[in-house]
Amino acid sequence: MPPVARWPVVRWTGAGTLLLLLLAFPLVFTQPHPRHVVITIFLFAMLAQAWNLLAGYCGQISLGHAVFFGAGAYTSTLLGKYFDLSPWIGMVVGAVVAVAVSQLIGYPVFRLRGHYFAIATIAVGEIVNTLMINWDWAGGARGLFVPIKRPDSLANLQFHQSKQNYYYIALGLLLLAFWITRKVEVSRMGYYLRAIREDQDAAASLGIPVAAYKQRAMALSAALTALGGSFYAQYILFIDPDSVFPTALSILICLVAVLGGIGTLWGPLIGAAILIPLGEWTRIYFGGTGKAVDLLIYGALIMLVSVIQPGGIMALAQRGRRRTG
Amino acid sequence: MPVATMLLDVRGVTKRYGGLVANSNISFQVGYGELVGIIGPNGAGKSTLFDLVTGFQPADKGQVLLEGESVTRLRPDEISRRGVARTFQKLKPFTQMTVVENVMVGAFQKTTVPARARREAMEALDRVGLADKAEAHARVLSTGQRKRLELARALATQPRLLLLDEVTGGVDQRSIPALVDLVRRLHGEGASLIVIEHNMSVIMGISQRIVALNLGEVIADGPPAVVGRDPRVVEAYLGQAYVA
Repeated sequence: MPPVARWPVVRWTGAGTLLLLLLAFPLVFTQPHPRHVVITIFLFAMLAQAWNLLAGYCGQISLGHAVFFGAGAYTSTLLGKYFDLSPWIGMVVGAVVAVAVSQLIGYPVFRLRGHYFAIATIAVGEIVNTLMINWDWAGGARGLFVPIKRPDSLANLQFHQSKQNYYYIALGLLLLAFWITRKVEVSRMGYYLRAIREDQDAAASLGIPVAAYKQRAMALSAALTALGGSFYAQYILFIDPDSVFPTALSILICLVAVLGGIGTLWGPLIGAAILIPLGEWTRIYFGGTGKAVDLLIYGALIMLVSVIQPGGIMALAQRGRRRTG
Repeated sequence: MPVATMLLDVRGVTKRYGGLVANSNISFQVGYGELVGIIGPNGAGKSTLFDLVTGFQPADKGQVLLEGESVTRLRPDEISRRGVARTFQKLKPFTQMTVVENVMVGAFQKTTVPARARREAMEALDRVGLADKAEAHARVLSTGQRKRLELARALATQPRLLLLDEVTGGVDQRSIPALVDLVRRLHGEGASLIVIEHNMSVIMGISQRIVALNLGEVIADGPPAVVGRDPRVVEAYLGQAYVA
């Protein structure tokens, strides 16, 4: 084993180098497509990190996170469309709406444990999706165009000339998600969430208000997810229930985190860095066959991970480090 | 405000599971600094009684008073924060966390500062003789070590009353004396304890008072020597061999 004191140095140097590379990326890759792929990686890494807070640390597997994503996307878009409100304000309001929704959902659903909780979140996701399809004021099934603003500016959160600014905003959101997760991880809340994941009765016997902490984890997770949703709306400039509320999105968020390794800080980023380009690649090469092929590959990957290494790629890396260390 | 002379006062608690009466009108008290042993055959209602006192099960009838205040309707975490800690018969370590992290979860009840929680956790581990395993994962511990871990975790909450469910259950013979010494030492330091235990020589040796349960009812309550000779206890649980 190398001296323990060296690890933080190695880790921080590694993280610093990675950050510099990510900052330099759009300066080297000026074409839209590579930038788009990395923006999508950032977005999904961020969403998976938000999901990870609730599912990975607190052990509450949600398969309905699209609800919060959609809440963010719809809130900022509707506020922009009907009240001409800045998307930045819309983003914050979207997060607040998502938190409110999460607490409403959480109150009854957190009484359920394990698989029953996961099933209930799928049901909630489907209900919200159906409601949105039928809500005409919010665009119904036709969806909504985000009002186009000129000129390109940070204040408008719209950039029609280049993806570079979107890139840095997505990176900023990802860093925010990482920072919050890290803060939670090393604080009392992080210990409490993990204790709840491991054994709720033991956690309660040590004085942890289990329901309250689940609600807090859910609120934090929902708020971050909603930020991602608002960003998505401003980036794609069109949303409909099918793109921001589908169960497939909830599952993809979950897959990214599971593949990378849930309950770890770096898992979501690693998962997104593998799954998103893979999705792009399969879309390009098997595009004509519809989306079934990438889903087949996702499915095969998840089966592979759960059979070989249920802890995800992070666990594999840790095992490798122990062996060589 | 009435001054409570008793730390714990259990008044006529009853718990039914369908047709089965797990606890029937049970009353007993625990004084400050006292070590009360609870004995009884399997199914006598010992663990149910712990669940009622710590809020894991609601009592159908009766009251639980802690220092004169009712805790009957409180949640387990609320009762814990009022100073009642417990261990479980079926051990519940946080297996994905290290030993010291397990105990920190308990220590966080009194502080939000991780460094302080860690220091207090180390002290608790030291008290139970598990300090050398602090950085090990909880899942690699033996049963005896897990019992110590749960004890340290409970101690880290700085409880006023400690409920131990089966100190020596499932532990190999060689490890029993050290665990018993540990409980005796905690009591010697002034802790108030209720201990469920099947090993008669252990419980008779450490308890100041014994409460014997059978079929959900208290059949004897008194000093070990008296309870050990009580004909009803002998018949229900100990068997004639123990007396002879």
